Amino acid sequence: MFWQKEFETMKRDKLEKLQLKRLKETAALVYNKVPYYKKLFKAKGVTPGHIKTLEDISKLPFTTRDDLQKNYPDKLLTIHHHDTMRLHTSSGTTGKPKAVFFTRKDIDVAANNIARCLTMTGVTKADVLQNMMSYGLFTGGLMMHYGAEKVGALVIPSAIGNTERQLLLMEDFKTTSIHLTPSYALYLSDIFEKKGPAFRKKIKLKRAYMGAEPYTEETKKKIEKILKVKVYNSYGLTEMNGPGVAFECEYQNGMHLWEDSYLMEIVDPKTDRPLPDGETGELILTTLTREGMPIIRYRTRDITAIIPEKCKCGRTHRRIMRIKGRADDMFIMRGVNIYPQQIERVLMSVAHVEKNYQIYLDEGDKIKVKVEITKKLFDGNLEHLKKLQADLTEKLRTEILVRPSVELVEPGSLPISEGKAKRVFDNRKIY
Amino acid sequence: MPILKQLSVFVQNQPGKIERLTSVLAENKINILAFNIASSGEYGVIKIIVDKPELAHKKYKEAGLTAYLSEVLGIVMKDKPGGLNDVAKIIAKNRLNVENAYVYVPKSRKNAMLIIDVRDIKAVKQNLEFEKKLKKR
Ligand SMILES: [Zn+2]
Repeated sequence: MFWQKEFETMKRDKLEKLQLKRLKETAALVYNKVPYYKKLFKAKGVTPGHIKTLEDISKLPFTTRDDLQKNYPDKLLTIHHHDTMRLHTSSGTTGKPKAVFFTRKDIDVAANNIARCLTMTGVTKADVLQNMMSYGLFTGGLMMHYGAEKVGALVIPSAIGNTERQLLLMEDFKTTSIHLTPSYALYLSDIFEKKGPAFRKKIKLKRAYMGAEPYTEETKKKIEKILKVKVYNSYGLTEMNGPGVAFECEYQNGMHLWEDSYLMEIVDPKTDRPLPDGETGELILTTLTREGMPIIRYRTRDITAIIPEKCKCGRTHRRIMRIKGRADDMFIMRGVNIYPQQIERVLMSVAHVEKNYQIYLDEGDKIKVKVEITKKLFDGNLEHLKKLQADLTEKLRTEILVRPSVELVEPGSLPISEGKAKRVFDNRKIY
Repeated sequence: MPILKQLSVFVQNQPGKIERLTSVLAENKINILAFNIASSGEYGVIKIIVDKPELAHKKYKEAGLTAYLSEVLGIVMKDKPGGLNDVAKIIAKNRLNVENAYVYVPKSRKNAMLIIDVRDIKAVKQNLEFEKKLKKR
């Protein structure tokens, strides 16, 4: 199902022409209205006039999280904040948050993109969407709410937490779709397992939209199995309107990124060199329609690749792969770029260890992975443990191209990971 | 041939780790009857036979230890020359797939018992019982 078929299946040449027109407009807008951008452009010796083709985007300066924090609260606006309607923020790892302003049109575009996402996964006005994301400064709640309203679905703004009430709403209002974070989905799965199949029968759930945090294919499969829903991966960030920047279609194979709203690039996070489709690097996004606070070449720090092949669904907007990791988490071992998420994926597939692992990088380019033994893995047999250790070592070597030493440790010996736990400990000397 | 309950506990080879296992048992007045360590270097599996296996299992879980409760075979060894040889014969005759074995000396100190960890203990037990019946006939 399409929300806007002519836009979603627009021929590539026409789509690219539209992108170029919007890129020129956006570059001119920030150059003329935002002194900080004018300064950045001048430092690179470029003006909006230098943009003749889409490839010329690489001449423009990047915008980093640091730039957003430096310009807090409202120095990147093209208009007075009286003419904007909504403020969202996104917290940085340190210091001031990043504030993002939206005009009426900006909210409308964001909601429209979400309407496309929901429609392509089967949501109609007959559906009931329980939005289990926190409402407030975070875009996950409100933006999805607006998108689902646009489709005309019944929206239950249940927000996150109070699980018993969530279940009650789900049962009483016959919720068909939920929007939630993977960690909350895992928690919900535990509850569903405890309540048993009789409870699941009373629930009408068909689909779950998961986003806001990266998660592995294994986590998705686990949730699909327990909740008996289809899980659609959603990618978004507050700086780029929140959820629905890219979204899985009914084929659940990569996320279509709405290219009439964003210009995407993939660059090598260390060298900033642009990479061709299919290669893994940092996703760089430029807003193409934003009025209040356009952002040029935003360094998302998210690691992914553009899928070069066409999707069976007929949409021409290219897909990106599941987020592989954060550029900040990346480490280099013997010249190979490695992301902790790659290791996590192997651990999940072989050992179902989920989040209980740590990575140590030691002198001499040695990598050690400590894995907590779980009850599920232990049957009292030492030989089985040795086999598990050997399997993990081999599968990890295939994935990261470096042979790690795998250490099995007792449960609870690694610190419990609440959200962004430290996983990588680099003890190598820096030369 | 009695079937006993055995606790297997995962431990890292670090100072104080084994002491933790025994102290949990001591605190709960559980007696250790037999004890065996299989180690791979960095970690190992400790096998314990105690007088209250279910309670020990519960207390280990509460202490955050990874413990596994399973059944093992006990073969009585006659305390006389050739006692172990008799046991070896039983093992061979019954084609027991022994994963681990260690000795348990009961309080009576009459006959020592060889604890053996075999795969598919239920089948082994059935075979043994069946043979016993045949002999009685
Ligand atoms: Zn598609």
